[in-house]
Amino acid sequence: MTKKVRVLIAKPGLDGHDRGAKYIARALKDAGYEVIYTGLRQTPDSIVATAIQEDVNFVGLSLLSGAHKELFPKIVELLKENKADDIIVFGGGVIPDRDISFLKDNGVKAVFTPGTPIADVISFIEAQ
Amino acid sequence: MELVEEILNGDFRAIAKAISMIENDGSEKEELIDRIYPKCGRAVVWGITGPPGAGKSTLVDKLIEQERINGKKIAVIAVDPSSPFSGGAILGDRLRMQEHATDPGVFIRSMASRGHLGGVAGATTDAVKVFDAAGFDLIIIESIGVGQTEIEIIEVSDIVILVLVPGMGDEIQALKAGVMEIGDIYVINKKDHDGADKLEAEVNYMLSLKEGDQTKNPVLLTSAIHNDGIKNLISEIQIYLKNIQESMELQKKRKTRIKQEIKQIFSGKIMYEINKKINTEIMEEWAEAIYNGDISPYSFINKKVQTFLKEQK
Repeated sequence: MTKKVRVLIAKPGLDGHDRGAKYIARALKDAGYEVIYTGLRQTPDSIVATAIQEDVNFVGLSLLSGAHKELFPKIVELLKENKADDIIVFGGGVIPDRDISFLKDNGVKAVFTPGTPIADVISFIEAQ
Repeated sequence: MELVEEILNGDFRAIAKAISMIENDGSEKEELIDRIYPKCGRAVVWGITGPPGAGKSTLVDKLIEQERINGKKIAVIAVDPSSPFSGGAILGDRLRMQEHATDPGVFIRSMASRGHLGGVAGATTDAVKVFDAAGFDLIIIESIGVGQTEIEIIEVSDIVILVLVPGMGDEIQALKAGVMEIGDIYVINKKDHDGADKLEAEVNYMLSLKEGDQTKNPVLLTSAIHNDGIKNLISEIQIYLKNIQESMELQKKRKTRIKQEIKQIFSGKIMYEINKKINTEIMEEWAEAIYNGDISPYSFINKKVQTFLKEQK
C-alpha cells in the first residue's frame, strides 16, 4: 500500500448544478485519486468538518451561483481556525476573471474556469 | 507518540490522521495500534451490508439520527470500491449522511477498498480500534455494495444487518448461497415498492430451512428514506445483541475475530519475509531448473522450504 491522494469535491451554498463537480470527481478518480463527494448545498462548516474527518489533501469547491467571493474565503478561514490550513483549497465554476486574484489573495490556491482541460487540474494537484 | 494522546482525547483531526496512517500502512501503524489497544473493547460494532442501491447509506443515516437521540457517540466507516484500473475511487456514501457532518458526536469516514476483496477495506479492522479507543460507543461499518461472496463484514462486526430490496428478481436466488447466509438481522428496505411482501416471505422461507436451533434471525421491513421502521430495527438489534451476549455467543464471535486477525497479521509477516527471499532472479533460476527437467517441483521446493525455515531460526 502506498500513500493515496485524497480530494474532497464539494458544492457550497445554494446551487443545484453539479455536472461540473461530478465530471471532475470522475476524472480525478480516473487519475488514481480517492475522491470524496458530498453532494449539493453544503455549508462551509460541513465542508470543513468533512475535510477534517476524511483527512483530505485537497478541497475542490465548485460554485456557479456567484457567491464564490463569500463562500470560498470563508472555507479557507474555517480550515485555518480548525488548524487544518495544510489542506489545499482550489475552486472552479463560473468565476469572472476579475475575481480570481481576490480569491487567490484569500487563500484559494487555484481557480479553474469552464473549459479548463482536466490535465491542468491534475498537474496542479501533482505539483503540490 | 503525541497522536496517541490526542486520539484518546477524541480529537477528530488526530483520529483522521491515524486512519490515513493505517490505510497507507505507515511505519508507525503498528506502534500506534499497540499503544491504543489497551483502551479498546468498549464499542459495539454494527455491520451493514447488501447489494448496491439497497439503501444502505440512507439506512445508516437514519440509524445515526436515532442513536444520537439515544445519546450515543457514533463513528461510521463507509467502504466503497477502488477502481481496479486507476486505483482511484469515488467515495459517495457520506452524501446521504451529510446532515450529521458537523455533529461533534458523529465521525464519518469514507474508505476505499484499495484492492482488498471481501466487501470491506484492509484498514477497516484497525480503524475500528482507533474509533473504539477514541471513545465512540457505536461503530457502524457500511460495506461496499456486495455481490455473492463478499462476506468479510462478519469478521469485523458484532452483528450483521443485511439490507435487501424488492425487485431484484432472480438475483436474490443467486444471493442465497453466500451473502444471503450472513445476516443476523434481515432488512427489506424500500418496503413501499412492489414485491416487498414476496421478498419477505422468501427470506423467511430460506431462514426456516436453516438447520440447528440457532438464534432466530428477525426479518424486518423498512423504508429508510421515509424514516419508517428504523426504531423497530434498532430495538431488534438491541434484543439480538443482548441475546448473543447472554448466550456468550458474542464473546465467542469476538474471539474468533481476534483469531482471524492474528492469523492474517502472522501470515502477512511471513509472506513479507518470503517475498524478500524469493526475488525475480531466484525465481528465474528455479523456474529454469524445473523447466529443463533437472529437478521435480515438489522435492525441490520441499528442500527450499527446509532451508528457509532453518534460516529463520
